[in-house]
Amino acid sequence: MTEARRPLPQATPETAHFWAGAREGELRLQRCDDCGHVYFPPRPFCPSCGSRSVRVFAASGRATLHSYVINHRPAPGFEAPYAIAVVELAEGPRMMTNIVDCPQTPEALVLDMALEVVFTPAGEDLCLPHFRPVDAEGKESRS
Amino acid sequence: MKPGSIAIVGAAETTEMGRIPDLSVLQLHADAGLNALADAGLTPGDIDGVATAGESPTTLAWYLGITPEWVDGTTVGGCSFMLHVRHAAAAIESGLCRTVLITHGESGRSRVGAARRAPQPASLPGQFELPYGPVGPTTLFTLPVLRYMKDTGLSEEKLANVAVVQREWASRNPRASYRDPITVDDVLSSRMIAWPFRKLMCCLVTDGGGALILTAADRARDFPRPPVYLLGTGESVETPMVSQMEDLTRSKAFRVSGSRAFAEAGIRHDDVDHLMIYDAFAHLPLYGLEDLGFVGRGEAGDFIWERNTAEGGRLPVNTNGGGLSYMHSGMYGMYALQESVRQVRGIAPAQVPGVEISVSHGVGGMFGASGTIVMGRDAP
Ligand SMILES: [Zn+2]
Repeated sequence: MTEARRPLPQATPETAHFWAGAREGELRLQRCDDCGHVYFPPRPFCPSCGSRSVRVFAASGRATLHSYVINHRPAPGFEAPYAIAVVELAEGPRMMTNIVDCPQTPEALVLDMALEVVFTPAGEDLCLPHFRPVDAEGKESRS
Repeated sequence: MKPGSIAIVGAAETTEMGRIPDLSVLQLHADAGLNALADAGLTPGDIDGVATAGESPTTLAWYLGITPEWVDGTTVGGCSFMLHVRHAAAAIESGLCRTVLITHGESGRSRVGAARRAPQPASLPGQFELPYGPVGPTTLFTLPVLRYMKDTGLSEEKLANVAVVQREWASRNPRASYRDPITVDDVLSSRMIAWPFRKLMCCLVTDGGGALILTAADRARDFPRPPVYLLGTGESVETPMVSQMEDLTRSKAFRVSGSRAFAEAGIRHDDVDHLMIYDAFAHLPLYGLEDLGFVGRGEAGDFIWERNTAEGGRLPVNTNGGGLSYMHSGMYGMYALQESVRQVRGIAPAQVPGVEISVSHGVGGMFGASGTIVMGRDAP
């Protein structure tokens, strides 16, 4: 499995700002000018009210661990067992990700634990948003 | 649809079930379709409407020698056939066609003539889920469960018990793939797939098919089998990405589809004698029981633990053994419908005494879609 690569995303015009942000170390979300709704994944209109008046902003990068599984079967580009997680961003939306700098065990991966975004290079001109635990005082954990 | 105005007059599965290396996907559709036609005493020339998923309706109609005047290729995953039933009922009632054939066939295990599903890296799941290493349903469908367990207090034992009770039902079904009794310990000590899911909490992967024939109730008495009437139907979709469910502990598509079907049928939950809930994984019956309103929030694990869904219980569920023990070709919804028809007809291998109303509830994708069909022995 070591040579196989993980599936990588291919941006579309509607999502390009998100992947450009990841390259530049920013987690970019969108907010509706009309109703204030914050949403993800990207699209050039508000999925809550249909308004096309929306803007991109940099999220805080803070999140909590909402749910996950620990996959024990082989997968291209991954070394099992590894966790596939859903995190809840401080701004509201949820996203799928991996949890890094943390043992991939039920004991270490505690639901609702505090996380922060990190950007992991994953090929030419591409970074993936991953999340790592923050300690109780909210400081960055050692990587 | 007016409750009782449309009936299922033909229903059959493929001749073989489980491992069928000598039939292609297309022939599994045809085998099931021909069996359903025989069940109804019809020939392909009597069919004027076709619906299918997993195979194009064009190919299916041409292959069987049918010239349809109504076609539905709705494909939203494993519950597509529930949606076909609903759409066919509306089409017949409005006069678009008279007699509809719905087929399913899938070479899930042997992969004979099966299309290869390649995820598109520019699709929304390709961008926002696949880069994080999911390897199909075992890692996607299962992803909400830890949240459900923490929020409701469901234990791993009670999750495992879903598979135990369904194996009891399967033990009475000669066509079931797995029939030997299992214990909660057996389930929890089976091979880890995606924690907290062990192998015995995950569905089978097999070959098979099934087909249904629908027509107007006023013609239904002319067929060889007793008609099974449609009392209510529902459908909905939520999201192509499990990570984007509105609430990981409840399915919006289940709630919309289920409440619509129950309202149309004009029934209460304690009118239901038999229930099928599409069980690709052990948590599906828990979500189904709660989102359809049979039990309250967080009560489904105890409801099954207390044997309400087992033989002799007040709400027998997944009496064919389900996707966990009977069969699961990939799009299991057709088999749930087939078992509801058998139970209402009174011919199921593990027959529940006196079934007058059966509900068949399906899921598509990873909580992405849903369809619900309420069937009755009698028209209201
Ligand atoms: Zn808005």
